[in-house]
Amino acid sequence: MDLNYTPEQEAFRKEARAWLEANVPKEKLPSFDTKEGFEAHREWEKKLHAGGFAMVPWPVEYGGRGANLLEWLIFEEEYYRAGAPGRVNQNGIFLLGPTIMEVGTPEQKARFLPKMASSEEVWAQGWSEPNAGSDMAAIQATAVRDGDHYICNGQKTWASRGSYADWLFGMFRTDPESERHRGLTFILVPLDAKGVTVRPIDQLDGEAGFAEVFLDDVRVPVENQLGETNKGWSVAMATAGFERGLMLRSPARFQETARRLIALYRENQQGADPALRDVVVRCWADAEAYALETYRTVSRLLGGAKIGPEASLNKIFWSELDLRMHETALQILEERAELLPEAPAARGVGSWLDGYLFALSGPIYAGTNEIQRNIIAERILGLPRA
Amino acid sequence: MQFDFSEDQRLLQSTVRDFLAGECGPDVVRSLWESETGRSRALWSQLAEVGLVGALVAESHEGMGLAEVDFVLLCEEVGRAGLAEPVIETAAVAAPLLTELGDAELSARWLKPLARGEAIVAVGHPVDAFVGDAHVADLLLIGLGDELHALGPSEVALEPQPTNDPARRIQRVTFSPGDTSRVAGGGRARTLLAAALDRGALAAAAQLIGVADRLIELAVAYAKQREQFGVPIGSFQAVKHQLADAKVKLEYARPLVYRAAWSVAHGLAQRGVHVSMAKLAAGEAAARASRTALQVHGAIGYTWEQDLHIWMRRAGSLAAVWGSPRFHRERMAEFALADGAPLGAGRSFR
Repeated sequence: MDLNYTPEQEAFRKEARAWLEANVPKEKLPSFDTKEGFEAHREWEKKLHAGGFAMVPWPVEYGGRGANLLEWLIFEEEYYRAGAPGRVNQNGIFLLGPTIMEVGTPEQKARFLPKMASSEEVWAQGWSEPNAGSDMAAIQATAVRDGDHYICNGQKTWASRGSYADWLFGMFRTDPESERHRGLTFILVPLDAKGVTVRPIDQLDGEAGFAEVFLDDVRVPVENQLGETNKGWSVAMATAGFERGLMLRSPARFQETARRLIALYRENQQGADPALRDVVVRCWADAEAYALETYRTVSRLLGGAKIGPEASLNKIFWSELDLRMHETALQILEERAELLPEAPAARGVGSWLDGYLFALSGPIYAGTNEIQRNIIAERILGLPRA
Repeated sequence: MQFDFSEDQRLLQSTVRDFLAGECGPDVVRSLWESETGRSRALWSQLAEVGLVGALVAESHEGMGLAEVDFVLLCEEVGRAGLAEPVIETAAVAAPLLTELGDAELSARWLKPLARGEAIVAVGHPVDAFVGDAHVADLLLIGLGDELHALGPSEVALEPQPTNDPARRIQRVTFSPGDTSRVAGGGRARTLLAAALDRGALAAAAQLIGVADRLIELAVAYAKQREQFGVPIGSFQAVKHQLADAKVKLEYARPLVYRAAWSVAHGLAQRGVHVSMAKLAAGEAAARASRTALQVHGAIGYTWEQDLHIWMRRAGSLAAVWGSPRFHRERMAEFALADGAPLGAGRSFR
């Protein structure tokens, strides 16, 4: 154990901080779930890429920086500290990318990773179907081999970033005789292919953050198959592991929320409910615990371990913490909690209410917390399946 | 930056775990409940032989010469075994306190016997009203205001305080402070006592991790074996989800405890708040595990015969000592709400 950064790591932090200070847009970009915002975020990603910071832990040949996961964590800390824009290509760079790195062929790595790192190609995820949500093994979309192509049919839904993205990853049933998680294959589908129809869905916040994707005899070259035929489930589990266990929600995000929460509490301390003090402080401590546990995970991964079912512990912890922080902020704000920032009496109300509504979706996306609890119980604690 | 234990550290932990599983099962714990002192010198010698007692004593005094980062894993095992022997007082607090006192005579007189398991040293800290294991102590180190006193058993009066944990033996200690008993005063005593508190709270937090882990393990084992409606109760989601939540609590208290061990071992300026974060989280994790383990067991868990209450009681008693939850919450609030507090991303280790 050595809880000191090396001089090289400190130097990297400094370099990242300086670059971000010089380059992070002064004005907040419009939401990436609008057409205009999506392209603005893609431009930002290109700038990050040109600066060498788009994918810190990837090899240089794939558009990364050739650093390791620790430097990635450091970068994330600086990124959130700088208040830099959200990552429009998170489905690609944080979920699919690491999976391609792990199971992709050399050709697939060369084909997909550089354009993912530069966000020339932005990815949507195609986990869910109308009848396959938490029960992901109930997937009905099919892919039938026809020479050197698959003919894909079916419907994916709740595809985050699907409205404007270029590509979609998902699982398709390639063995028509198969049931459940057997007989599925992980396939990468270009959203501009003939037969693809994308129907944006307005989210609760009014923006088209996700979409339905209909596939009608879509021809996809077989080289877009990731991993083995009929073994898509294990590829998906690897992707979900990165999503839940490490990359989708790096601790810096919650440490910054905790910092803002403490600032909000201090601004409103006069006459505040005294019971809130300990709740606020505890939120900060929990965000720290999450950061520490992430450093432990990264240390283990650098020592050769792989992400396993403990990713599910992670997902429950951060999603519940995020919700608790936003709930607490609303309690501090009392009657101002419902005000929009432009309301005359808003006085630094910020966007806590919007944040709260989004935090409510945390226990749902990336696999519901109920499913995570099943995974913990069955795969970590060893309890019997129902 | 590397936040993980070495193979050697894990090996030592598993050695101690195996030893305690073999020699200090629930039957041993229970047999000591019945005895007058609640303690066994023979058991203490055995603990010394595996290195638990002299872990933090220098090798020159026949100790193991380990640091808190190594010792924290052993404390976890003490909690897992449900041992109430004065490992916190003697091994975690007194050994480094005697060393830091730097009194050649006291060190020469006590460190070797301590490491060999021949001497038990009790420590009374002003943060707690009572002193654990004062009744079997050969030496008592007692903080009183801004002073630290070293006393023999004949120099103190003890008033036993029965507790609801039959393994815990705590006393109110009174004595007449004087020049002969005082070994440090003023700023020096404050520094020593602050370090003692952090070490005691850290060791208690680590034991609480072991307690929580054991409680979850017992509940899982029971849920796999107990059948209702024709199936093991552990196959029901209502049972699974409770246990999963207890596991989440535990696994996010753990890194706080390990980081606190590092901070104490290296005397970092923020070690006090790191220890408080660890102690509070570990106490809550053990409380959650305790409640969940009982719920999963149902009525059988609420019997004297079932061993569950060994750890349920310990979860409560350890959370209350070496700083109450309130004490640790205050310390955390003081830190996090201060002007210029190091909050936000990238400040955890800097």
